[in-house]
Amino acid sequence: MLAKIYVMLKKSVLDPQGKAVQHSLDSLGYSEVKDVRLGKYIEIKFDHAKGGGAEARVREMCERLLANTVIEDYSLEIIDE
Amino acid sequence: MSMKFGVIVLPGSNCDHDCYYVIKHVFKQDARFVWHKEKRLDSYDCLILPGGFSYGDYLRPGAIGKFSPIMNALQRFVHDGGLVLGICNGFQILLEIGLLPGAMIRNKSLRFVCKDVYLRLEGNDTPFTNQGRVGDVLKMPIAHFDGSYYADDKTLQELQENHQILFRYCNKNGDITDDANPNGSLLNISGICNKQHNVLGLMPHPERCCESILGNEDGRLIFESIIKK
Repeated sequence: MLAKIYVMLKKSVLDPQGKAVQHSLDSLGYSEVKDVRLGKYIEIKFDHAKGGGAEARVREMCERLLANTVIEDYSLEIIDE
Repeated sequence: MSMKFGVIVLPGSNCDHDCYYVIKHVFKQDARFVWHKEKRLDSYDCLILPGGFSYGDYLRPGAIGKFSPIMNALQRFVHDGGLVLGICNGFQILLEIGLLPGAMIRNKSLRFVCKDVYLRLEGNDTPFTNQGRVGDVLKMPIAHFDGSYYADDKTLQELQENHQILFRYCNKNGDITDDANPNGSLLNISGICNKQHNVLGLMPHPERCCESILGNEDGRLIFESIIKK
């Protein structure tokens, strides 16, 4: 199975990298760009956990290590490969 | 009587020798290196989590150091009232393991900042600052990429109510201004302690400014306070 995990800074946290990219797009003439935020994309391959519960396991990984929930939100999807 | 200090060494720590040198040779205290696999810490009076790039700062600074074998013992040490000083990457680890509230994000300038800055002492009722006076202006070097302190409004309010903000970036005259903020930290925060006042996290490096030959002795205040606590 494959877990696709997206980790983003919370909306309330200033994202200076996103702002720099937004500024750069603007100077390239893409004036329609309203906001840019940068995050992390993480792929995790794993064997199907016995008795299911794969999503709960991946959420636990996010809470404990992959995201710092003081400043970051995460979302995930799990697909059969 | 000398105090027993332990300098915790994680893979990627690089200010550990500076801390050891200052404690042992400048302040003549008992200093030991403590490898991150150590599980017993009860013989120490004060532990230092030094600066550096533990585990290459992979994922986030401090994110992997958080799971070093020593961290459970460190939590117990703090619970039992032991003193812990986290400097730079050490501060980031203390935030990750929840011994201090909040988090560090990338500097607002998106640059690694390495320079001397000024700090205003905001509280001297702690084992780390008892030799100073509120309002003292200290000069110390910073060297970090992720030093922009963030916490939600509720946490910031609690930090203020409990007098946990010990150092704020300021200008030479001690004024807290945006211009004097090197990284975008909320409230110009550069150092905070826990509610119990036995854990201090500090982005600047006091261990790099403890001798006149280096041109700056302002870092002595932290170590002298700990030793005379």
